[in-house]
Amino acid sequence: MSILLNKDSQLVVQGFTGSAGSFHASQCIEYGTRIVGGVTPGRGGSTHLDRPVFNTVSEAVRQTGANASLIFVPAPFAADAIMEAVDAGIKVIVCITEGIPALDMAVVKRYIALKAPCARLIGPNCPGVITPGECKAGIMPGYIHKAGPIGVVSRSGTLTYEAVYQLTREGLGQSTVVGIGGDPIPGSNFIDVLEEFEADRGTDAVVMIGEIGGSSEEEAAAFFKKRMSKPVFGFIAGRAAPKGRRMGHAGAIIEGGAGTHASKIKAMKEAGITVIENLSEIGSTVSRLRQTASAAAAHSRS
Amino acid sequence: MKLLEYEAKDLLRGAGIPVASSGGVIKDGKGLPAALKKAGQGPWMIKAQVLAGGRGKAGGIKLVKTPAQAKTVAKSILGMNLATHQTRGQGIKVKEVLVEAAAKIVRELYFSVVLDRKIGLPTIIASAQGGVEIEKLAEDSPQAVIRQPFSPQAGLLDFEARQLAFALNIAPDRLSQFCRIAKGLARLFLDYDCSLLEVNPLALTPKGMLALDAKVIIDDNAMFRHPDLAKLPDHEASPLEKEAKKADISYIGLDGTIGCMVNGAGLAMGTMDTIQLAGGSPANFLDVGGGADGERVTKAFKIILRDKKVKAVLVNIFGGIVKCDMIAAGILGALKKVKLKVPLVVRLQGTNVEKGREILSNSGIGLVAAQDLWEAAQKVVSAAGAKR
Repeated sequence: MSILLNKDSQLVVQGFTGSAGSFHASQCIEYGTRIVGGVTPGRGGSTHLDRPVFNTVSEAVRQTGANASLIFVPAPFAADAIMEAVDAGIKVIVCITEGIPALDMAVVKRYIALKAPCARLIGPNCPGVITPGECKAGIMPGYIHKAGPIGVVSRSGTLTYEAVYQLTREGLGQSTVVGIGGDPIPGSNFIDVLEEFEADRGTDAVVMIGEIGGSSEEEAAAFFKKRMSKPVFGFIAGRAAPKGRRMGHAGAIIEGGAGTHASKIKAMKEAGITVIENLSEIGSTVSRLRQTASAAAAHSRS
Repeated sequence: MKLLEYEAKDLLRGAGIPVASSGGVIKDGKGLPAALKKAGQGPWMIKAQVLAGGRGKAGGIKLVKTPAQAKTVAKSILGMNLATHQTRGQGIKVKEVLVEAAAKIVRELYFSVVLDRKIGLPTIIASAQGGVEIEKLAEDSPQAVIRQPFSPQAGLLDFEARQLAFALNIAPDRLSQFCRIAKGLARLFLDYDCSLLEVNPLALTPKGMLALDAKVIIDDNAMFRHPDLAKLPDHEASPLEKEAKKADISYIGLDGTIGCMVNGAGLAMGTMDTIQLAGGSPANFLDVGGGADGERVTKAFKIILRDKKVKAVLVNIFGGIVKCDMIAAGILGALKKVKLKVPLVVRLQGTNVEKGREILSNSGIGLVAAQDLWEAAQKVVSAAGAKR
């Protein structure tokens, strides 16, 4: 079991014939992802990576039955590409593109809310989504993942790889790993993904990786307290970051004293999320606490 | 990108928002008489042009009544080191002052436009209590802060502007001017892809409303739409930060002693945090980026080592699309060009890690290898300490 994507998901790649699109689409195909075609306006009718290329997303959907999209379109045109996918009826849209203007994303969010509120946009500025062994829609290295019961949701790319690597090393596989991206207005926030993990029978614990800036971790903590029964393990990057400077990600900035590391840690602890302070201890902490919990369960049964 | 007050006011003026009559910006006393003349009849304001809030309290903004007084004040502000509550203890050297006509203030409002991350919409934040620090006001009396979200396409609608005006107790005879200004500022925010547009205070004067101060931050991601703004100098970035940006490296200088080179912004932050947990302090944030090649690695080393505070360097790479053997070769190539006089700790993980480690261990260069991040952080902290 998994969330968002599985072995039956059929993906169309927008920005298919560009250099990033080509490289990553072929890596996804190699992983076993069902990529059924691509879209590059003006290149319709041709073939790329042995898949048909279409001029528009709606044509690709009509011809192939695609139900998910993976976007590599350059930043100036990416917001439009997302809205095109929404209009074509795609329900899961994963946008990898970095550098989309924040106001473009404000327009996209409103468009989705009015046109197709149940469509799920993941990203932009993210590594994508992977359900290990079934579907890789993104730029993450597939081989570090392993199928299993841990859900992972994160605002960062390489930091997610680090966490996944540690989990896999401890023998803990992942149900689905979701990168929601480092932008100030992401398509989905922590709550959207936590809600899916809570409902997924294949997930029994979640690792949540946040960073400074904004208040989505605080909101996620409140959501956890009210609505979640599964354990959540949290890590927040940016303890050592200065105020007022953007730390690489457009959304990673402490503005007007809000969005600090301390406030996020405090909110998560108060809500009952297990906070991991040392990045190197994500895998070992999850492993240790799960063993303790299962030993306690076995004890209560006997 | 953050704009200085006078650059921000140029945008406001262009959008038809009333601002004080300006005499322009001067870098030394020579331009002062012409500036005073251009600003009109006194009294005047002399305002330090630096990117920091709290300039007034720190002595960077002064009212002057005579040309003689203006001369003394301009001389004292130009070249001073302005340390405000926002400059983290260090002063910023004042290189330019803005000369403008002083206004008689009847009442001050706070007015800003931000992008509300929670609801994903541009939002006006306003208060009838102007001239204050809005963060403090929001904490002490949140009911005094008014929020009005608006459409990122249609801008602020007439009725939304009126709602705002009545909530701020704007007198009926000022209503239409206020609405025009509010709508104009909302439009400016959208047209220039701002992430912040703050007018504090928006003043009521006997002659009408005036934007007395202006702070503008432009979304860096939207610079491709604003070639005119892209030409303005970046006042915030240090020379090293600018150099890094040119090479597509994301670098921010910090106060510590351990230089870091990492791939990915989140992991770069996480690496800084781990160094701190291990008892050290990072000298920089540095993300070499996803498409890092040998050339970029060399450039990154050069930038890190130009910071004289650096006592040791930690390279932390999690190979994904970037392969560890390529990074290892990049490090060797860089060390041929850059003389390394401080200890170097390297932690490689991920794609082709075995090959990468082999390249480094066969190279004969004196570096410390580490398997995981915690081990690497402890080693680099002790290496930096030993050098001291």
